[in-house]
Amino acid sequence: MPLLEVRNLHVRVEDDGNEILHGLSLTVNKGEVHAIMGPNGSGKSTLSHVLAGKPGYEVTSGEVLFEGEDIFAMEPDERAAKGLFLAFQYPVEIPGVATMNFLRTALNAQRKARGEEEISTPDFLKKVRKVADSLNIPQDMLRRGVNVGFSGGEKKRNEVLQMALFEPKLCILDEMDSGLDIDALRIAADGVNALRSKGRAMIVITHYQRLLNYIVPDHVHVMSKGRVVKSGGKDLALELEASGYAQFEEQAA
Amino acid sequence: MDAVVKTSGTERALADQFAAALPRLPGGKAVAAMRTRALENFACDGLPHRRIEDWKYTDLRALMREVLPPAAAPDKAALDRAAKALERHGLEGVRRLVLVDGVFVPALSDVAALEGGLTIRSLASVLADETVHELLLSDDAGAGPMFALNSALMADGLVIDILKDASPARPLHIVHVASGSAPASAYTRSLVRIGANVSATLVESFFAADGAQNYQVNDATMIAVGDGARLDHVRLMEDGREAFNIATLKSVLGRDAAYKIFNLTAGGAVSRYQGVVRFDGQGSRLETYGVNLLNETQHGDTTLVVDHAVPHCASREVFRAVIDDRARSVFQGRIIVRPDAQKTDGKMETRALLLSDEAEVDNKPELEIFADDVTCGHGATAGALDESLLFYLRARGLPEKDAQALLIQAFVGEAIEQIADDRLREAATNAAIRWLEARAS
Repeated sequence: MPLLEVRNLHVRVEDDGNEILHGLSLTVNKGEVHAIMGPNGSGKSTLSHVLAGKPGYEVTSGEVLFEGEDIFAMEPDERAAKGLFLAFQYPVEIPGVATMNFLRTALNAQRKARGEEEISTPDFLKKVRKVADSLNIPQDMLRRGVNVGFSGGEKKRNEVLQMALFEPKLCILDEMDSGLDIDALRIAADGVNALRSKGRAMIVITHYQRLLNYIVPDHVHVMSKGRVVKSGGKDLALELEASGYAQFEEQAA
Repeated sequence: MDAVVKTSGTERALADQFAAALPRLPGGKAVAAMRTRALENFACDGLPHRRIEDWKYTDLRALMREVLPPAAAPDKAALDRAAKALERHGLEGVRRLVLVDGVFVPALSDVAALEGGLTIRSLASVLADETVHELLLSDDAGAGPMFALNSALMADGLVIDILKDASPARPLHIVHVASGSAPASAYTRSLVRIGANVSATLVESFFAADGAQNYQVNDATMIAVGDGARLDHVRLMEDGREAFNIATLKSVLGRDAAYKIFNLTAGGAVSRYQGVVRFDGQGSRLETYGVNLLNETQHGDTTLVVDHAVPHCASREVFRAVIDDRARSVFQGRIIVRPDAQKTDGKMETRALLLSDEAEVDNKPELEIFADDVTCGHGATAGALDESLLFYLRARGLPEKDAQALLIQAFVGEAIEQIADDRLREAATNAAIRWLEARAS
């Protein structure tokens, strides 16, 4: 059974009724890293939002199965507890909620939903410290409000930290490279690569090929106008870098 | 029309209750005369209603269908229930002074080994004395009908004096417990006088024993903060969901004094916390922080008047309201700057979080400025929880109510964090958490 199966998905924005995804299909198996590339407005971020359960979208047809279960029957928190993780393109700032408190509350909420025991304080601290060190995140950052006053790079590292802590089965990275310089990108990408495993899959959404030099995908999909128009191996990304998206936009139209 | 309203059933019942209670109420002839005058003052206006500007948003004539008779002295069973409630809501490391159904109970209180310079007496014993302090007797006019009613019917409370330079070692904690014996009213008044250069902490708690339902609290707290003194004042109101709590605060600050008030209202069906803080000496600073947590059909009113009567004083008001279901939160803040009060620095900021379409918030900031060299300002906002923050938390595994709770805690935390004492800050946080947990269940 595939980890994630998207079948002929049609999605429109609730507010204006605009259809963004027009019959998108995608199959992701455990252990695979898929890159989704495409021009602005092709629906890449909408796909990540819909998978994570962001309000404001209406699924008009098609289905999405996560480990064989209908994802749309689950609340966003239930999806998280089952192992779906979205690394946000623009992680929000939450003043007044200390990062450490947030991390522990979230981890325990997921564990509770799975019927597991709460993590002990020493185990939690040990785990956070280990991951934070590997990502070059200083302890005082963890005492601040979630993402409050963090630089772009720090926010992305905080997303990777959560990914490492929650140990999801499917990681969706939405434009992880946006706003990052090369050094920040390398640290974040190293963190992501350390999480690659046989039991875990990743969907890397990006506009630029650059990120895929650091996180090398097994499969590359090109999205245009709300559907996948071409799939291939990692070489497809290089090809795109050379020829651009224009050819696919015409094709989709 | 007015004549008809004035003699409505509620006011008539009150006059009867007063006549019946007067012989039993503490105090000699002078006190009895003051009580009678106060009841006459009350009777002039009767229960306040929406046509009285000050009570526009809290129409007691409509909300308070009956005024319950004064509570009887608590019996053994009532004291046992109160003791149980104290185990749950009590605080560590404080000097506890307990009023059950409005009556001071030394057996549940900690009045042993008082620090030098600290005296604690019951209001009943002070009123029975010949020399009643003028603060307990004067100035009923202007504080409104519910304070006049308190003057008429006050039965007990605490009179606390702290001499110059004699800072107490522990916070003083006045606890109001409703035992739930019978539907009744408790009229309490406390007087706290802080000598010069003293640093003290005063805590007030209001809560009920299990099973307490219909009861009414009418409390007044009078505070005098001496020159160079510092008072941290924390008030936690968690009365039962059918209770009324109408409380008046009257504080006067001397020279170079620092007064910090934190009030949390999470209980009661209908509540009003009305305060008047007056600067009497230059160079003093007032900070007030308020949190209203209201749901179902709760009505919570905070009305605060800051009176800059002298120059060179500063006041800060920060108010946070979280309102769910069909609840209603009222904040009225008036800053008065008298003609002589140059160099006054007064600011007021209120924010409300509306959790449902039917929740209501009424904000009424008023600046009355008669001096020309002052800095004064106010700001008010109201809105819903930020959807993008909620989604982020939910995407990390927090169920909806838990995600809301975390954001609400952060929102009110901005006010709670201002409490200096660690234990009291934790107590206020726990009160907020109790409200959130009751909401989630």
